[in-house]
Amino acid sequence: MTTTPTLSDQQKKSLDDILARLKDEPGPLFPILHAIQDELGWVPEETVPAIAKALNRSRAEIHGVITFYHHFRTHPVGKHMVQVCRAEACQSMGSVALECHVKESLGIDYHGTTADGQISLEAVYCLGNCALSPSIRVNDDIVGRVSKERFDEVIAELRSAQ
Amino acid sequence: MTTRIYVPMDSSAEAMGAKKTAAAIVAEAEKRGEKIELVRNGSRGLYWLEPMVEVETPEGRVAYGPVTAKDVAGLFDAGLTKGGKHALSLGLTEEIPYLKKQERLTFARVGIIDPFSIEDYTKHEGFEGLKKALKLAPADIVKEVTDSGLRGRGGAAFPTGIKWNTVLGAQADQKYIVCNADEGDSGTFSDRMLMEGDPMCLIEGMTIAGLAVGATKGYIYCREEYPHSIRNLNKAIEICVKAGYLGKNILGSGKDFDLIVREGAGAYICGEETSLLESVEGNRGLVRFKPPLPALQGLFGKPTVINNVMSLGSVPIILARGGEFYKNYGMGRSRGTLPFQLTGNLKHGGLVEKAFGLTLRELLYDFGGGSASGRPIRAVQVGGPLGAYVPESQFDIPLDYEEYAKVGAMVGHGGLVVFDDTVDLAQMSRYAMEFCAIESCGKCTPCRIGSTRGVETIDKIIAGKERGKNIALLNSLCDTMLNGSLCALGGMAPYPVVSALKHFPEDFGIDKTAAA
Ligand SMILES: Cc1cc2nc3c(=O)[nH]c(=O)nc-3n(C[C@H](O)[C@H](O)[C@H](O)COP(=O)(O)O)c2cc1C
Ligand code: SF4
Ligand code: FES
Repeated sequence: MTTTPTLSDQQKKSLDDILARLKDEPGPLFPILHAIQDELGWVPEETVPAIAKALNRSRAEIHGVITFYHHFRTHPVGKHMVQVCRAEACQSMGSVALECHVKESLGIDYHGTTADGQISLEAVYCLGNCALSPSIRVNDDIVGRVSKERFDEVIAELRSAQ
Repeated sequence: MTTRIYVPMDSSAEAMGAKKTAAAIVAEAEKRGEKIELVRNGSRGLYWLEPMVEVETPEGRVAYGPVTAKDVAGLFDAGLTKGGKHALSLGLTEEIPYLKKQERLTFARVGIIDPFSIEDYTKHEGFEGLKKALKLAPADIVKEVTDSGLRGRGGAAFPTGIKWNTVLGAQADQKYIVCNADEGDSGTFSDRMLMEGDPMCLIEGMTIAGLAVGATKGYIYCREEYPHSIRNLNKAIEICVKAGYLGKNILGSGKDFDLIVREGAGAYICGEETSLLESVEGNRGLVRFKPPLPALQGLFGKPTVINNVMSLGSVPIILARGGEFYKNYGMGRSRGTLPFQLTGNLKHGGLVEKAFGLTLRELLYDFGGGSASGRPIRAVQVGGPLGAYVPESQFDIPLDYEEYAKVGAMVGHGGLVVFDDTVDLAQMSRYAMEFCAIESCGKCTPCRIGSTRGVETIDKIIAGKERGKNIALLNSLCDTMLNGSLCALGGMAPYPVVSALKHFPEDFGIDKTAAA
């Protein structure tokens, strides 16, 4: 956790491209952070000085924005992102028990990644699928009416689809 | 002959396997040499029937559901392309009582059209409002919206016309229209359904808003949790620009309006309008002090209209049919319709657009079919995570902004989350405080610290530690948050807690007869 991985030359080039492409947008920081995370999977600390310089803002400000928002990640994540909805509608359909099962079966807690690097786990607060709760999100897709069995199937599918 | 078959691309339909169903239908038709045209529409909002497949027949559209990929071969055997009978048949879509009993104004097209077809959109009254607006003076567009009685659907229910009028009157070189598509409330999905199923409706509503107040640029701030909405909006914007309905010189009028989609980053507080503006500008989502009002100094310091997706999505029909038409729906000062979202422990969860004034009981039982678990419904949280828990004794109060406010509840964005009798309202209260602590922007103490103290105090009450003293403490904490918070996150998070204490004291270990 303490050693910061160095950006590869390829990644440095992506960063430069993103900054060149977006820095003149009005309110450019969000589009830039999203683009970086989409490209690299997270927002490495090492990108902060370059962003700050391109936008003529302080590093502290950029860092403050990144850490304010749950979505921007300051650490690398697994190949697949699984998010479990903790909000009320999902609770009304048993999401608390589902959460326990998820953590136990994956052997990780929220913000964790499985040892094989396949799956990262995060909590989320409503996915807009509340009529078919409990809900999880797997990468960019929602899964509804998630029983423990359904969850296991989804994970098995993810793991086999390598 | 080619048969048109509809399989929704709505996120919730896909959450139940619609993508696989669609692929299976295409493959099966090919295998059998039957000619079909597959349309990925929005959802009709009858979510318990998703994936719901519809087939166009001379009699009208015929529905089947829920259709999973493995049902597809059997459906073709039963003559799917002719609307043949099958165990999953639902008859003519328009005749399904859940749909037939609704009053769909804002959702008139959702689930019916191909979201990316200008032809479909215009065939169903699309751009009629825009064409009308192009012929009107800005003040007359605003007047139409004022006359409709439309109030903000994002939660605060502020009259939309009055807000627009302030922006119209402001002098500036640049004004903005910002759409609040952060839809963070649990138990809500109407914004998502519209953005996925009829994105041009929102585009048209925002363009009309631009013409009304003299804004040439708009932003849609859509939550990151809605990747499909973002994709559909961007695609629809591109199509509208190409077709001349958006961008430079709209329909040859000489008027311009550009639209940009911005993606959120998982912060509930960014649904609050000033926090949202901070976010678009690229800052931490700290709530701003008001005044200045965003209407005068909003995005990048310029006069800005900020409205919810449902507010803006209601504008096209208001312009097309007139403010009077819209105003004829509803009761009291709650005019028009509200797309209610029936969620949680309900047999028939989905979207029900109705005029204000119907009751929770009608929604829960006539539409919702009672609980999904078959157990009695005990409490309904109305209006999102900051809304009160409503007990059965209040199920007959008409859904109207003022009537709900009278009992310390709120209609808000129209989401209902239903709980059966296994719910523990002390736990739900704890969650309400926990959620506030997680999502607080941190600007003011009652919210930032109060919510964490709230969690601790409720934990003590649940554990039975000095219950009387801690309940008094919790009440006073709620009072401090209600009165001392800058915005409604800290200011309303106590509502679910106070309502739970009041209506369900037994869950906190208080004798119901002893509780006042
Ligand atoms: C904590 C908090 C969260 C909010 N979330 C939303 C939201 O997700 N969507 C929304 O439209 N309004 C939300 N609002 C209300 C907005 O501040 C604002 O009133 C609304 O965007 C105005 O648009 P309207 O008049 O069309 O409702 C929220 C307010 C607060 C205090
Ligand atoms: S009430 Fe909470 S969320 Fe609202 S401004 Fe204060 S600290 Fe921020
Ligand atoms: S509460 Fe879980 S999807 Fe809305």
